[in-house]
Amino acid sequence: MSVLVVTEQQDGHWHRMSLEAIAAGQEAARALECPFLVAVMGSNVSELAAEVAAKRVSEVVLLDDPCLEQYTADGFSQALRQAIDQLQPALVLFPHTYQVRDLAPKLAASLGKPFVSDAIGMRVENKRPVFVRQLFQGKLNGDVTMEDEGPHFASVQSGAYRADAVEDGASTAAIRSLDLSIDAAGIRATPQQPFREAKDAVDLGAAEIIVSVGRGIQDPDNIPQAEALARALGGELAASRPICDNGWLPLDRQIGSSGQTVSPNLYLALGISGAIQHVVGMKGAKTIVAVNKDPGAPIFEIADYGIVADLFEIVPALVEILEARE
Amino acid sequence: MNILVCVKQVVARDSVLRIDPDGKWILDDGLTFEMNEPDTYALEEALRLKEKHGGEVIAVTAGPERSASTVREALAKGADRGIHIEDERFAEADTFATAQALAAAIEKEPHDLILTGLQSDDSGFGQTGVVLAELLGLPHATIIMEIDASGNQLRCKRELEAGWYQNVTLPKPALLTIQSGINKVRYATLMGIKRARRKPFTRYTPDDLGIAVTARQRLQRLYQPQQTQQTEFLQGTSREISEQLVAKLRFEARVL
Ligand SMILES: Cc1cc2nc3c(=O)[nH]c(=O)nc-3n(C[C@H](O)[C@H](O)[C@H](O)COP(=O)(O)OP(=O)(O)OC[C@H]3O[C@@H](n4cnc5c(N)ncnc54)[C@H](O)[C@@H]3O)c2cc1C
Ligand SMILES: Nc1ncnc2c1ncn2[C@@H]1O[C@H](COP(=O)(O)O)[C@@H](O)[C@H]1O
Repeated sequence: MSVLVVTEQQDGHWHRMSLEAIAAGQEAARALECPFLVAVMGSNVSELAAEVAAKRVSEVVLLDDPCLEQYTADGFSQALRQAIDQLQPALVLFPHTYQVRDLAPKLAASLGKPFVSDAIGMRVENKRPVFVRQLFQGKLNGDVTMEDEGPHFASVQSGAYRADAVEDGASTAAIRSLDLSIDAAGIRATPQQPFREAKDAVDLGAAEIIVSVGRGIQDPDNIPQAEALARALGGELAASRPICDNGWLPLDRQIGSSGQTVSPNLYLALGISGAIQHVVGMKGAKTIVAVNKDPGAPIFEIADYGIVADLFEIVPALVEILEARE
Repeated sequence: MNILVCVKQVVARDSVLRIDPDGKWILDDGLTFEMNEPDTYALEEALRLKEKHGGEVIAVTAGPERSASTVREALAKGADRGIHIEDERFAEADTFATAQALAAAIEKEPHDLILTGLQSDDSGFGQTGVVLAELLGLPHATIIMEIDASGNQLRCKRELEAGWYQNVTLPKPALLTIQSGINKVRYATLMGIKRARRKPFTRYTPDDLGIAVTARQRLQRLYQPQQTQQTEFLQGTSREISEQLVAKLRFEARVL
């Protein structure tokens, strides 16, 4: 029995959540009192494996194969099926990245096993893991257990574990290189190179003050109110995904996992619920203010100052005070 | 081109949720329900592909009795047929049980393309589509922002993290999970709603499909999250709140 963390890299660079998953794995292996393995997968990634070997891990498992040069669901799940066959882990943990969304459900389903996605925490009860996950868009939490015997699969949410909590090992761990035989003909998708759309017109990364609007703004005709506030504060206007989906603001103003990541001095969230995909893009802000009429909105979990109110009452009052100040 | 689109009925956005006494799910009474938002984009994409390439769009749901209205909504918007796998347990079923039911119904239909949303607003597993593809033995691609189905192969644009994208080609049949914002969704017209009444609507029970609704992961307890950060809540009239905030931002947080 062991805990296996599957890390993610791209062209020899770690996905930033890989370390968070290693932190989760160290904690899980300690709680379950079992060995801790970390898998590094790709093509020519032995250097990354050597990096992991310096951490507190029982063994590093190297899945290195030309077929794993670029991510495909079929190629990666074949490789991991073989790894799981050989290693027999009780629990396989992933960081909850977009790639893992594409891969882990397939891998788990191919073994008829459950995959607990996007967990924010884990504890052990009666020698079995209990995962905590968010439901109803973060409004409620749930404790989740898994039936049957392992291997069980789970992924951890961005920010749920701290990369800087990863412990170094007392000595360098061994690296085990697995023999893989990946059937290239079984890879049905043909991926092309990742690309960006026309370079971001606005770079919100440098903004010191950001006023961000969510679905609470209700109508595109109300956007100028938020704009007026941004102007009064000398800041930039940004938005949550639904606002950009609707074309109320251009895509380059979207904050979150698929948009920009910002860390201004002040982030003022107007009518934004605080879904994790939004929060990952702005939780690094120094001061967060949230205006939301729902006291249970998850945005209040990260706000320094909370205002439970109708934003259409607060925004004009704020603009008036700020403008009078000058 | 025959397209199956999976739509789920979920509790309406901004609902006030109450947890049921045994702490396992929310209480349904007094709530309104709607089509899961990403699924409205998946349905729209299916309708557009059909308008371009011909064929049929079939909307499928697994859910309690009330979710028939979501299938009807899909019919009113232009889907040709509806399938409802009805069982109260689907309201809170895990992804595997749901995908098994959907797979059993879909296997009975000729299909070139299966579309799902990428995530449900209630359970938020973000995986039913991918599990369904695996159960059907189909290739899949997730978080799709564009589909070109004109050739023998499907050409799709996947969204990656932080503003990156990737094109990927897949053989047909395949399953795609659709990201919100891929298109602009249409509303049902009165005419559409009228027509929907005469469209074929198949109802199955899990027994009809020879499947069991058994959970592989179990929600033991549902609860209000604990506040971890010490948020300072400002109170008073709008004017008072705004004055306090400006003062705090200047003198406490020193960001103005
Ligand atoms: C793979 C993936 C990637 C994603 N990427 C992103 C991303 O990059 N960025 C992003 O933002 N989202 C992203 N999302 C979507 C995310 O999950 C949420 O759906 C989204 O952030 C919700 O936006 P919102 O808060 O504006 O809307 P909602 O969740 O609908 O919240 C609206 C809020 O406004 C409040 N409100 C309503 N009226 C008023 C009023 N008059 N006054 C005050 N408050 C009011 C409500 O109480 C509610 O809390 C992604 C999702 C997935 C699955
Ligand atoms: N009960 C259901 N009936 C029909 N489709 C579903 C059901 N549950 C999930 N789906 C589909 O799978 C997608 C992802 O859901 P989930 O895995 O719950 O986040 C949804 O957007 C739907 O398209």
